[in-house]
Amino acid sequence: MNIALIVLLPLLGSVLPALMIRSGRNSCVASAAVPSFLAFSLLLTHVPAVFYFGTTPKVSWPWLASIGLHVEFWVDGLGLLFATLILGIGLLILIYARSYLAAEDPMGNFYCYLLIFQAAMVGIVLSDNVILLMMFWELTSLSSFLLIGFWSHLPAGRQGARMALTVTGGGGLALLAGVLLLGQVADTYRISEIITRRELIQSSEWYPTILMLILVGCFTKSAQFPFHFWLPRAMAAPTPVSAYLHSATMVKAGLFLLARLWPVLQNDHLWFYSVASIGLLTMLIGAIIALFQDDLKGLLAYSTISHLGLITMLLGFATPVAVSAAVFHIINHATFKAALFMNAGIVDHEAGTRDLKRLGGLMWLMPVTALIAMVAAFSMAGLPPLNGYLSKEMMLEEASHTKWMDSKQVIPTLVTIAAVFSVAYSFRYVFGVFAGRVRHDYPHHPHDPPPGLWWPPTLLIVFVIAIGLRPDIVAESLVKSVTAAVIQDQAPDIHLKLWHGWTPAVTMSGIAVGGGVVLCLMYLLLRKVWDILPRPDAKFLFDALVAALTRGCQLINDFVHNGSQQRYIFMTIATTIALAGWAFASYPWALGERPQNPITAPLIVGWILVIGSTMLVVINYRNRLYALIALGVVGLFSSIGFVYVSGIDLALTQVSVEVVTIILMLLTLYFLPKHSQPESLNWVRLRDACLGIAAGIGMGGMSWLMMTRNWSMESIQGYFLANAKSGGGGTNVVNVILVDFRGFDTFGEITVLGCAGLAIFAMLEGLFRGKLLSKLQCWKPDVVKTADRHPILMVVVTRVLLPMAILVGMFIFFRGHNLPGGGFIAALIVSVSLIMQYMASGFGWAANQIRFKYHGLIGGGVLVAAATGIGAMVGDRPFLTSWHDHWHPPKFMGIDFGDIEAASAMAFDLGVFLTVIGAVMLALAQFSKLGTLTADSRVNQTPMDCDPSRSFSSQHHSPKH
Amino acid sequence: MNHLLILPILFPAIIAPLLAMAVRHDIVLARVFSFAATLGLVLLGCLLMWTASDGQIRVYELGAWKAPYGIVLVLDRLSALMVLLTACLATVVQLYAMSGWDRRGHHFYSMFHVLLMGVNGAFLTGDLFNLFVFFELLLIASYGLMVHGGGPARFKAGLQYISINLIGSVIFLMGLGTIYGVTGTLNMAHFAERISQVPESDQAIMAVGASLLLVVFCMKAALVPLHFWLPATYSNAPPPVAALFSIMSKVGVYALIRFSDLSLLQQGGPFAGLGTQWLMPCAVLTLVVGAVGVLAARSLSLQASFAGIASIGTMLIAIGLYTPEAQAAGLYYMLHSTLAVAALFLVIDMVIVRRPGAGDGFDPKPFPNQGFLAAFFFVAALIVVGLPPSSGFLGKLQILHHLKSTDDWPMLWAAILVASFVTLLGFSQAGSFVFWKSSADKKYSPTVGEERQATECESQPLALPATAVGMAWALLVLLTVFPSPVMNYLEATVAQLFDPQQYINAVLEPAKKAGL
Repeated sequence: MNIALIVLLPLLGSVLPALMIRSGRNSCVASAAVPSFLAFSLLLTHVPAVFYFGTTPKVSWPWLASIGLHVEFWVDGLGLLFATLILGIGLLILIYARSYLAAEDPMGNFYCYLLIFQAAMVGIVLSDNVILLMMFWELTSLSSFLLIGFWSHLPAGRQGARMALTVTGGGGLALLAGVLLLGQVADTYRISEIITRRELIQSSEWYPTILMLILVGCFTKSAQFPFHFWLPRAMAAPTPVSAYLHSATMVKAGLFLLARLWPVLQNDHLWFYSVASIGLLTMLIGAIIALFQDDLKGLLAYSTISHLGLITMLLGFATPVAVSAAVFHIINHATFKAALFMNAGIVDHEAGTRDLKRLGGLMWLMPVTALIAMVAAFSMAGLPPLNGYLSKEMMLEEASHTKWMDSKQVIPTLVTIAAVFSVAYSFRYVFGVFAGRVRHDYPHHPHDPPPGLWWPPTLLIVFVIAIGLRPDIVAESLVKSVTAAVIQDQAPDIHLKLWHGWTPAVTMSGIAVGGGVVLCLMYLLLRKVWDILPRPDAKFLFDALVAALTRGCQLINDFVHNGSQQRYIFMTIATTIALAGWAFASYPWALGERPQNPITAPLIVGWILVIGSTMLVVINYRNRLYALIALGVVGLFSSIGFVYVSGIDLALTQVSVEVVTIILMLLTLYFLPKHSQPESLNWVRLRDACLGIAAGIGMGGMSWLMMTRNWSMESIQGYFLANAKSGGGGTNVVNVILVDFRGFDTFGEITVLGCAGLAIFAMLEGLFRGKLLSKLQCWKPDVVKTADRHPILMVVVTRVLLPMAILVGMFIFFRGHNLPGGGFIAALIVSVSLIMQYMASGFGWAANQIRFKYHGLIGGGVLVAAATGIGAMVGDRPFLTSWHDHWHPPKFMGIDFGDIEAASAMAFDLGVFLTVIGAVMLALAQFSKLGTLTADSRVNQTPMDCDPSRSFSSQHHSPKH
Repeated sequence: MNHLLILPILFPAIIAPLLAMAVRHDIVLARVFSFAATLGLVLLGCLLMWTASDGQIRVYELGAWKAPYGIVLVLDRLSALMVLLTACLATVVQLYAMSGWDRRGHHFYSMFHVLLMGVNGAFLTGDLFNLFVFFELLLIASYGLMVHGGGPARFKAGLQYISINLIGSVIFLMGLGTIYGVTGTLNMAHFAERISQVPESDQAIMAVGASLLLVVFCMKAALVPLHFWLPATYSNAPPPVAALFSIMSKVGVYALIRFSDLSLLQQGGPFAGLGTQWLMPCAVLTLVVGAVGVLAARSLSLQASFAGIASIGTMLIAIGLYTPEAQAAGLYYMLHSTLAVAALFLVIDMVIVRRPGAGDGFDPKPFPNQGFLAAFFFVAALIVVGLPPSSGFLGKLQILHHLKSTDDWPMLWAAILVASFVTLLGFSQAGSFVFWKSSADKKYSPTVGEERQATECESQPLALPATAVGMAWALLVLLTVFPSPVMNYLEATVAQLFDPQQYINAVLEPAKKAGL
């Protein structure tokens, strides 16, 4: 459990500083340091077990066991070393950052991000599951994104953060693929098991792929060539971040993983040539560029790249001794480089600049800082008796006898060149900043910093010197046990000491120091050459690449989604035709055998009318009124068609729906241009015509195929015919289906209708506000209005028709269950009679006469229908179970009322009736209201323009009102 | 008689008209009733899931008419899960909408509940025509919600949305007619039973009918090339509505799963592979189009829309494999992406209301609560992209894991990972423009002229919207921390789906027993 706590403490603790900043900066630091310190202490409790007893404590909980993802942690030598570095240096950084950050920096956020990062990093090194490791891996990328962009007001910070996230996050995805594949090949995601399955993995056909994917992940993270360019840009982060993430810990995550998987991935061909070569190249390039950096942090960044390359190269050598050198250098680099970064931060903080050209002579003003810089930089240069010297000697020793493609010279030569540059830039750092005369143009007045800034690096310097002087005591056993953990074998018998005798490495070291001094002396000359040389600018290339990618995506996206409704509909229909056509072509079919009905003259006339009016719509669609009338003809003939095939209910419905929709469409047409412009190019219209023809052929063909055959399977319709009377209590099967067998569908559909009414209301209410309202108010009708808007004849006729239409509606309603009719048709008939009142007397007057709200009618209708259904539930029958009975009332005054039938379906039909009226009338009323908002509308107060009765009554009554 | 099955449909069906009828003038009452009803749906969802978890398939015969003659509702693990997911999402959206969006137009909550009724009905129904009815319900309600609040851009996008979806409805009807002609039934189970017995002479007709239905389902799911309605709709709809819409594309996915698992895969006989071989390439294409769109988009809400498309692609890659493990992983990803995309839309709206004039475009403009919202956007985007430690990562991980067993896995892996990368790039650019670059100009300090507007921005509520988003995330955290119980349920769900005979028996047994 307590292994998991090492990760969890900083993770959960990350909330604390974000909150505690409210009670002051010191509480903030303390609240960040406490979880970190506790985790560190917990970690140290494992030191005896791991280093002296050689055990590896483990914990494991299942998480997503089905794919082998477990929460598994272990502490072995390698993990322990890294975790110690992460938490130990982390503590120092926390303290350092307290003094470093300015008062206006949001310190709470900073410590929060830093702790998340710390937890993620510890998670990487202690995970015993590659997927878990991956999760922490990506988390470090994310937290580093936040930390690099911490000063988000600086463009460099934002760009650097994005670049780092893009490179390391992208590499992380490659790594994800790599480790998933690795896990699949090894048949486990548990690291401690994977690293024992070398044969299995290396014999797999996927080994090269796995290796490449993992290397991409590691190289992006550890800033290896050609992915190194993000690291210098990440220096836009506050210096504590650079010291922590970008030198001591995060960039070593790639190295950690290389070391972790070393036992299974290493071999002397593919691994050697990819890892060692890239490492060597990175080491060389980083060292050369570092020399020519003027920004202190830039110099350190490239030197970090170079040292990371060095370690990568050592791991690539694939020998146990090289691994121990790598391990040793990891420790040493972490100590001196973190100290140097903190040092650069101090210089920046106190002198106000980190530009080497503006610095110099600080030794006299900041002696403590200068001392730290000197020790750390000389260690970096590889001068005895410091720890950098020791590991560099080991590296040179290994390099001196490693062959590259049968050549004994390549590696030693290149390594020596890199070492020369390494000495040179280290010297340049020390002498450029601290030596020389005191200048008078520093932006600030430099002096030694407060203790919070200098003692963390000093502590690291103590290690630099201690390891350098007595490596046998301080470091040897550590390096050995970690090496053993890496190679999963007995560690090689190495002896860490300052003097091994006169070895090739000493010669190379000597050359390096000598060469370095020479380079420093020739610096001005070299710099001129360097400035002239053309160099690819990684930032420029990267930005260009991202911009090109973005631009490319935009081009594609704008082309595909150009907002054209026509195109979208074309694609939709084309896809449909393509899939349906493919389906039809892939299966067998045969012509139907059903005998055709005789073709009679009326049929031919109807056929011609339907086809003809459809053609007219296609030809003349730009004249909207014309198109609407032609569509009306099609609708009407559909109704006649229904009559022809004995679908009286359908015909009635079709006719009444036709009337209502045409009226509604006419209302909207009033506000639209009467002619629409041709909206597309000729070829587009040709394309659309072809599509239309194809769709027509498809649909027509399908209909023909379906109507000319006898189906072999028995349809459920027989059941409806047989049970309508006995089960549903009605002889009109269509109505019984609507209100009973499939009453649930009808219930849904009336809700659709009601909701449509509400939606139209809400939508048009939206029009009555803001810009659209002013547009509406300025709108002038584009057709001549009739002078006689509300003619007396029409008013009188519609008034007379109203009660009659309602009576017809009631008749249709009540006969519905047994004969053609029903609530839906009845409602439409009543609606039409109401609409006529609006048409005759105008919206203003008619709206005033309505005593109920259509919203209520809609709601009430749906509720009545629902209540009918719920009634059945009260009797523990399913929703909408119908009840029907008949009742013979006694004779009253000699009149026989006959059998009175009643069915619960009638109440349901009433719900349908109410909803339909409400929805239709609400929509109509809203559309009419549009007209009253225009500029020239005269809202009529009287039922008709010329009202004879008004003149009559005004003569006889005194004007009271 | 277990009336539980009808309640998720009936409940909103009663609340919606009540709200329109009685409380349309009082927003407080509307909120109270609507929220209570939404919470009631969550409770119902839990009850349904608890009921369904015993593995038995329950049938509710509406009007006491036995299947295949009447309409039945069918409850299995999948439909219960979807109903619960809908209710959870609805709660989040309603919480958010209460901070002000519900007042910008009329009848918001009525249409909200009609939409819920449609979605729940689509998940529960066992009848193809009834499914059409519920599609219509959610279409009409979604249209009303989509143009809620008005504005020319919204109306324009709304017109596209409704016209394309009406074409979809027509195609649906044509497909239904064809299927009814050939098999003589509308009941899904009955259809599944009959599909393999279609005589050879009718098979081409049957195939056309089934493929028309597949087209409609894919259109709802926004599968490329039937996705064209989605980007403009989601990015122009009020963001809370767009958040709610993230369940609508899942209705399409659900219908696709239901239809193909129940009737095509095993029962299909000659039609077993119908359309499924197109699904995988289209899903990959969907993922690509979505990822490209995220990088190309010039506003946050358009990015979120394309991220939604990409997530559909990812989940359909998994579902399109038609293996039990992969489909379970796809369902897990569906749970994740529904909530994740919704939360993203809500966060974007929190930004939009604070940037009058700038909206969600990428021009830098300081706004109040910037740091807080930056953190929110960071988390929301991270979850949508599927970076660890989000549920999206677990989802993708499982999908990748199961894809390994296919022949084309290198291509599919590459598609998913590269798409993640491109999406990540897109969101990091957008976030850095909107949240970081704007802080470069200066800290948020309104000029005198902007003061009135500024006060308005500052007084935008933060607590309630943040709670709503937090709720969605809380659910996602549960999904992340306890994936195993979820996966157990999902694996059982898929096992049920892959045993269609169980479903068919549950639906058709009663009629057979009664001798009909």
